[in-house]
Amino acid sequence: MVLDVVNLSKAYGHGERSTLAIESLTFSVRAGEFVCIVGPSGCGKTTLLRSLSGLVKPSGGQALIHGSPVDGPPEAMALVFQDYSRSLFPWMTVARNVAFPLRRKRMPKAERDAAVAESLAAVGLADAAERYPWQLSGGMQQRVAIARALAYKPEILLMDEPFASVDAQTRSDLEDLLLSVWEAVDVTVVFVTHDIDEAVYLGDRVVVLSPSPCTVDRIVTVDLPRPRDQLTTKSLPRYVDLRTEVFSAIVKRPAPDG
Amino acid sequence: MKAWAARAALQLALPVVLVIGWWVWSESNDSFFFPPLREIVQAFEDAWIWERVGSDVLPSMTRLLAGFGLAVAAGVAVGLLLGSSRLAYRAALPLIEFLRALPPPAIIPFGVLVFGLGDGMKVVVIAAGSVWPILLNTIQGVRSIDPRFVEVNRAYRVRARDRLCHTTLPAASPHIFAGLRASLSIAVILMVLSEMTASTNGVGFFLVQSQRGFALPEMWAAIVLLGIIGCAVNAVLVMIQHRLLAWHEGARGSALSEVR
Amino acid sequence: MSDGARHHGQRHGGQVAGGLRRGLGAVTPGALSVVCVLGALELAVRSGLFDERWFPPVSRIFAELADQATTSGFREATFETVRSWASGLVAAVAIAVPLGIVIGSSPRLHASVKLVIEFLRPVPSVALIPLAVVMWGTGAETKFFLILFAAVWPVLFQAIYGVQDVDPVALDTARSFGMGRGRQWLHVTLPSTLPFIATGVRIASAIALLLAVGTELIIGAPGLGRAIGIAQSGGAAVRMYAYIVAAGLLGMLLNLALGRVERSVLHWHESHRTVVQ
Repeated sequence: MVLDVVNLSKAYGHGERSTLAIESLTFSVRAGEFVCIVGPSGCGKTTLLRSLSGLVKPSGGQALIHGSPVDGPPEAMALVFQDYSRSLFPWMTVARNVAFPLRRKRMPKAERDAAVAESLAAVGLADAAERYPWQLSGGMQQRVAIARALAYKPEILLMDEPFASVDAQTRSDLEDLLLSVWEAVDVTVVFVTHDIDEAVYLGDRVVVLSPSPCTVDRIVTVDLPRPRDQLTTKSLPRYVDLRTEVFSAIVKRPAPDG
Repeated sequence: MKAWAARAALQLALPVVLVIGWWVWSESNDSFFFPPLREIVQAFEDAWIWERVGSDVLPSMTRLLAGFGLAVAAGVAVGLLLGSSRLAYRAALPLIEFLRALPPPAIIPFGVLVFGLGDGMKVVVIAAGSVWPILLNTIQGVRSIDPRFVEVNRAYRVRARDRLCHTTLPAASPHIFAGLRASLSIAVILMVLSEMTASTNGVGFFLVQSQRGFALPEMWAAIVLLGIIGCAVNAVLVMIQHRLLAWHEGARGSALSEVR
Repeated sequence: MSDGARHHGQRHGGQVAGGLRRGLGAVTPGALSVVCVLGALELAVRSGLFDERWFPPVSRIFAELADQATTSGFREATFETVRSWASGLVAAVAIAVPLGIVIGSSPRLHASVKLVIEFLRPVPSVALIPLAVVMWGTGAETKFFLILFAAVWPVLFQAIYGVQDVDPVALDTARSFGMGRGRQWLHVTLPSTLPFIATGVRIASAIALLLAVGTELIIGAPGLGRAIGIAQSGGAAVRMYAYIVAAGLLGMLLNLALGRVERSVLHWHESHRTVVQ
């Protein structure tokens, strides 16, 4: 297991005014897996991801990478945020944005440039290296953010609803791009989304969260064949079954206060 | 092509009319305070092309640049510090509020007392009077950095030095440049004032000398020169700003076009 | 005492202590640092680190200031400075706001005056002091016209920006509700322009004070600037510092007053953070 989440809980505020965002989460992720996390709106998905990425300290329990607890952003992890327009630096070109996290790795310049070129090519943006992020469309900006995470060569790629802010057409393109990149590179992906179709389409397993304060409702194993395809996979009966299972798990349990 | 020419004509019309009007009016009337433009131009040519450039313009510009440069260095450095620490900012705020409310000319007598009448005094006075807009704007710029940028740097464990040079400074630079523009105009004012009070050379000194000698055309010529200097340094700053902040104008432009 | 009550008591006590700490925290860092800096300066002089002739002890400066504050000379000087500041500023606003709104509303008009105002704006207004002295002598008139000239520009430019920045969507909405040009102007343009004008007045206020004190210093017109200059040339270092401190305090007071006025006029707009041009 590369990532273990053990009784993770998170509460904001203290004393009488604290709100429990996550009650208790326990699940594990194997190396090289593609795990999706879904749940109803406001259930704490983003809080979970921020706890996993070390940006936020859990109130209880822990997240472990190769057995060591996560205490601050781990070296082996890269994070892709939801709003790409604010996560890329507007004063840097695309290439420099991608290269920026690599500065601390003290690579020789040639090696760094090669890594940047490689990851930009992997996301299909080899031509955009000298453009600025704000000159690109939303989908392209998110691809740059993915390239930046890839160039970092992480063990675990965390993605926080990365395709929520793009249109449906771009979203399917990005989903397939992500799958092809994941299949080419040896990386574990933890993908948070509110889109059930997306979760079943992409993942090896889907972790379904309960409404806030969330726990793990169930973990659904997605035994659909790979490589996945937008048309054929989504018309398989098994896809429909899995999708229904996840959907009813989320909808069946109404939120306590409506 | 025609639209461009029409716009140029529209913009140039009034200045040309004003200058011609000034020429004609000052030629015909006898006012001592408004000598003929012709004489002013002559005096300008005599003094500033290129007779007194070395003896007066050069010292003035050197003091201005030294003082302003000092203000920029100190203002940005301290501004970065105070902008990054809530506590330091709150602690320093009353002092800053007092010092920036102090009218800059009041510093000149202090400068004369402590530093005498030389170049050092002028540089110190220019720096001390013009540092405040830079300082305050730098603080503002640092404090208003998009928290998402900070998170990205945390998530990727970016080193402190890289954070400062490649995130904090560029993100704050639009604010800093706004401060630079305001500071520059104060610096020019203080350069002139300090040369008018306590100097033996410089454009400000020449201006006051001409006034004392009732040499009106020379005085007007010096005023025009100071106007040109003021415009020129401002234009240089704007040019630098356009180059360094091209990304900012581009980013805002695309954001606005998305909203509309 | 039962567990629950004790726990509640602890929690309540903790909240009170936390609130007190937060309240103190808001006041003390600033006050503390002022006290520390003044104390350090005093020590530096008394210990001989700074030469007393050029850096008199802080305590003596404040004592002198307190002394001077009671004299009629001080009051007159302060009054003169404030009066010229106020009259110049008010006149500048009265001229620049209507002018700026008119220019900002007409792109053609703006284009035709653009070069002129862009050239006149960076002219250091202090360069006109000798000319003004030659024309009007060293009295109040000179100060008034100099301050007026200097303070007009920030207000003018901010008024122009303000009018040009009005949200076209808001105007369209007003028009679709059947508002005529006059009512559009009153209910959409003017409120949208006010924050810009407020920024302009704030900048103009600082410039007006600068010109007032600067002119007083250079030509000896009555006011705080002249008092500072006389003290310095007469070798009265303590008095010079006292008057400088007075000028700074006056500046703070005027800023505060202006801030109050701005807040009450713009209470609906909260904090309008325009990056100053």
